[in-house]
Amino acid sequence: MGFFQTNLPYLLAGISTGGQYALIAIGYTMVYGILRLINFAHGDVFMCAALMVIYSASYLPLYVSVPVAIVATGILGFAIERVAYKPLRTAPRMSAMISAIGMSYLLQNLALYVTGGLTKYYPPIPYISDSIEIFGAMTKRVTVITPIVTVVLIIALVSIIKYTKIGIAMRAVSRDFETAQLMGVKINSVISATFVIGSLLAAVGSTLFFSNYTGVTPTVGGMPGLKAFVAAVFGGIGSIPGAVIGAFIIGICENLIKGLGWTTFSDAFTFVLLIIVLMFMPTGLFGEKTTDRV
Amino acid sequence: MDKTKKRDLIVSLGLIALIFVVVAVLEKVLPTTSMLFTVLKKGSIYALVAVSMNLLNGFTGLFSLGQAGFMLLGAYTYAILTIPVEARAAVYQYYDGGIVQFSVPVIVGILLAGVVAAFFAYLIGLPVLHLKSDYLAIATLGFAEIIRAIFQWDKLGGLTNGSNLLRKFPIFHSTLFPFAVSALCIGIIVMLINSTYGRAFKAIRDDEIAAEAMGINLAHHKRLAFTISSFFAGISGALLAMFQTTVQASQFKSAMTYEILLIVVIGGIGSITGSCISSFLFVASSEWWLRFLDNSETYIGSLHLGLLRPGFRKVVFSVIIMAIVLLYQRGIMGDKEFSLTRIRQRLSGLFKKKKVQ
Repeated sequence: MGFFQTNLPYLLAGISTGGQYALIAIGYTMVYGILRLINFAHGDVFMCAALMVIYSASYLPLYVSVPVAIVATGILGFAIERVAYKPLRTAPRMSAMISAIGMSYLLQNLALYVTGGLTKYYPPIPYISDSIEIFGAMTKRVTVITPIVTVVLIIALVSIIKYTKIGIAMRAVSRDFETAQLMGVKINSVISATFVIGSLLAAVGSTLFFSNYTGVTPTVGGMPGLKAFVAAVFGGIGSIPGAVIGAFIIGICENLIKGLGWTTFSDAFTFVLLIIVLMFMPTGLFGEKTTDRV
Repeated sequence: MDKTKKRDLIVSLGLIALIFVVVAVLEKVLPTTSMLFTVLKKGSIYALVAVSMNLLNGFTGLFSLGQAGFMLLGAYTYAILTIPVEARAAVYQYYDGGIVQFSVPVIVGILLAGVVAAFFAYLIGLPVLHLKSDYLAIATLGFAEIIRAIFQWDKLGGLTNGSNLLRKFPIFHSTLFPFAVSALCIGIIVMLINSTYGRAFKAIRDDEIAAEAMGINLAHHKRLAFTISSFFAGISGALLAMFQTTVQASQFKSAMTYEILLIVVIGGIGSITGSCISSFLFVASSEWWLRFLDNSETYIGSLHLGLLRPGFRKVVFSVIIMAIVLLYQRGIMGDKEFSLTRIRQRLSGLFKKKKVQ
């Protein structure tokens, strides 16, 4: 019980961070499933969403500025795909990845220019930023809300993918790009929809994340982005439930490690996990088995 | 033909010698604080690490993003081993003077920087090198991050000084030093690429399965390329430490690897001379030529440019990079080299056409 009591705050923080990583990881796993591209710019989209809330909140009330920023992030994701990845559809896979790295560099530098290199602080959102007490541990209400929001959004997303026309098209494209195209699936609109959905979820994730950790700098998206990607790999890239479970595991482990006083290694742990997963089960927890053909 | 090849080689060596003479003369003429020398020093260091990355990404087809980690290993090895014994108490002030109580000459330090980086690369390569393209990229990136975390760990403070700076190690003053070391290392890489090993690397890049069928030991050659590339990344890390005069683990972030990757892409993946040219261009434009964009007091005539303020330079710079990545995918040199033979052929072709007309 004593162990439980001392580690409870970290466990709670872990569940909450895990939910936030899950919302980012979905963007990675969906894009990878369809384009076989590690979208390095996704973490920076997450950062841009936070900056948009901060800047719009100085002109608009919060209940307007947060939805506006979320929609704007969706548009940003759409624009990034059109500008940086669509021209490279037929190029080697590595070109698209380099373009993603370039895009990430561009977004970070734009953010640096706009913020002037100063750390911006996320506005406290009434209700979800309030402090509450759970089993004697003080925390923000966002800690409790995050897992609920995550689960609701994921159920919504899974139903979209399962039952709507665009969802069926997405599954077809991720199964076989060329055949789907031959069957009359409009590849470009499917890919755009994927990027928009991924960015919207990242924007929601960023609202939850920065309600907890309020400082926003241009490079703040890099680490959560990489961790969410590791979560996606861990769960089996292309699989949405896998990404969510992977994200929760990473979020909880990372915070427990912080609780043990090994903060230096909380980031490194994620990569150790990544390497172990790649070594021993390269397809992750729920990934599809693939075979190489000559 | 052999004769002309030999002549071209001599002319190329002559050109390199000429560059050295020009740099030496410039050092005598210009004040040492000139931006030009900063660019030349940093450019030559980046050229070395870019070429070492190109050896992997461009010539062996292994997409690795661990370069910053190996540079960190090199920089720390050099710094730890060469800090003079009498300065150690001041540097390791929080760790009782550190546990290393000797120092080695500069050249030995640089060599060991490469050896340590290569040794770790060998160990890391054992598990990760059989991964495919983007998984390899993310795994090497992960290793670089793990290395960075280990070097910031305060339990190892007696060796690495924790997250504090390492300083007071010997540095260079003349631009010729990094030039000479880089030129020597790049020369060795060029010789390697032109050897049978280099041809095996290219075969692996073009088609792994075909290469294996031709009797090339894939695992051995990949490990070889990875280890050698890291050796030179380690050396460039040592040079970078000397250039900056201080070392701190937190600066070797993945952003650094991305910068080097962009240099390689701009120069052309698979072109050594391209990497060299683009690293000087990259450093010069990011540190020097685009500086005016950061100055909010820039006027064109009487027009005040409102957009210009600190940070705008980097935005312009990254837009240029994106334009190159998207529109000019082959980079400056493509996969070709700057070669006198081809220039002469091109020129003589021009003259011949003129004669016909």
